[in-house]
Amino acid sequence: MLIRQAPEYRWSQITPREVYGNRRRFLAAATGGLLIGATDARAQKLEGVTKGFVTQGEKVNPKEDVTTYNNFYEYGTGKGDPVRNAGKLKTRPWVVSVEGHCAKPRKFDIDSLMKLAPLEERIYRMRCVEAWSVVVPWIGYSLSHLLKSVEPTAKAKYVAFETLYDSSMLRPEMAGIEFPYREGLRMDEALHPLTLLTFGMYGEALPKQNGAPVRMVIPWKYGFKGIKSIVKVRLVETEPACSWKIINGREYGFYSNVNPEVDHPRWSQASERRLGEFFKRKTLMFNGYGDQVASLYAGMDLKKYY
Amino acid sequence: MLRSKWSKVVVWLACLAPALWFTYGAFTNNLGPNPIEAITRGTGDWTLRLLLASLAITPARRLLGVPDLIRFRRMLGLWAFAYAFLHLMTWVWLDKFFDPAEMWADVVKRKFVTAGMAGFLCLLPLAITSTTGWIRRLGKNWQRLHRLAYVAAAAGVVHYWWLVKSDIRLPAMYGLILAALLALRAFKPRAAPSPR
Repeated sequence: MLIRQAPEYRWSQITPREVYGNRRRFLAAATGGLLIGATDARAQKLEGVTKGFVTQGEKVNPKEDVTTYNNFYEYGTGKGDPVRNAGKLKTRPWVVSVEGHCAKPRKFDIDSLMKLAPLEERIYRMRCVEAWSVVVPWIGYSLSHLLKSVEPTAKAKYVAFETLYDSSMLRPEMAGIEFPYREGLRMDEALHPLTLLTFGMYGEALPKQNGAPVRMVIPWKYGFKGIKSIVKVRLVETEPACSWKIINGREYGFYSNVNPEVDHPRWSQASERRLGEFFKRKTLMFNGYGDQVASLYAGMDLKKYY
Repeated sequence: MLRSKWSKVVVWLACLAPALWFTYGAFTNNLGPNPIEAITRGTGDWTLRLLLASLAITPARRLLGVPDLIRFRRMLGLWAFAYAFLHLMTWVWLDKFFDPAEMWADVVKRKFVTAGMAGFLCLLPLAITSTTGWIRRLGKNWQRLHRLAYVAAAAGVVHYWWLVKSDIRLPAMYGLILAALLALRAFKPRAAPSPR
């Protein structure tokens, strides 16, 4: 009864949730000739996207799974909160400042950042630390393109990211984490080709609740490492502070690689529920990307560096 | 009005409504992208709500001067047990697939599961001894035994508290309500009979 079947319709035929949720405004706009509100809500199609890495043997989740079930604490801690509240996020103008230990620090306007390298579609699994997962066709390019463009110096050992923190957000500090949301990667992780600077999904620009206009996707790490709505990228010498690690380092380590053998202290990470499936499935080491990334951690005790 | 037999039917149906909603939602795809989580959370939420409601009956009778509320206490408690049972079953069936070894490992290893299981085990004898026959047989001990309902509610709040990642607002709210109910119990006015 709970098993949902693969939809027979195409993405292009589905009214996006944002538009559907705004149907009154859409109608008002259509009749009154005032289309600004409605076009604002409609997802922008991304052009010139080539096909990139595809995770084999996986079926992409329906778009609605990925756009209505989110963790974006700045817009509420319930899974259904971000789709309702993130509409207040203003994604233009948007500047991403790349700074720190590099020869050419630079502030990128989001539209020029999107043109820095060719956009690719990549189908990745995403495994949340809460033991659920989805398969998403992301659009972006390897973060290495951006990092190389600013010429990191020898002191750049880590990359620190920061999310926007502004008044469109709903007093997120009530949820117990420190904001702005911060995340980080080791330099070799950040330069790994699978590490995706992400601007879109399902052929379109990122919806706001999914971290518009630009976010990280690191497919072999737990989802919370994939920081959303990035405004700052800093090249630093020491391991940067990360939001979840700050409030509970015992549960959310710096690396947070998907690892079925290292349990979260409060729940097992051995299995996960794929959205749309009835029973849990086994979680894969490095989320199934071990062939590509295991060498980054050769010789490291992953129980210690969780 | 509260004495009408229909009032019981209304409360009974109200208690059934969430279960009907979950069933309807499951069949019509209305529970969001993770329906199993929605059902697990929903049945857990309703266990706590109904348990607190049943514990609120006694102080409400006194404070509001509506002694007839007692007619609903057993029903609310049994419905709390029913939702606790459904909640437990989502875990037994959908999470652990009836694997006793895995379930045991979870109960021993995970604090929040330990607390939840303890709460359920407190409710179990209460549900069994809820019949008129058992009330008569146990006499004064029945009341003593049924104070376990407070322990069960406390275990439920702790279970929820230990589960959340960082946002403790909801479990804290349930905890405050439970604390208030306990306080009302502790500061019962002595012999002063309330005018009715």
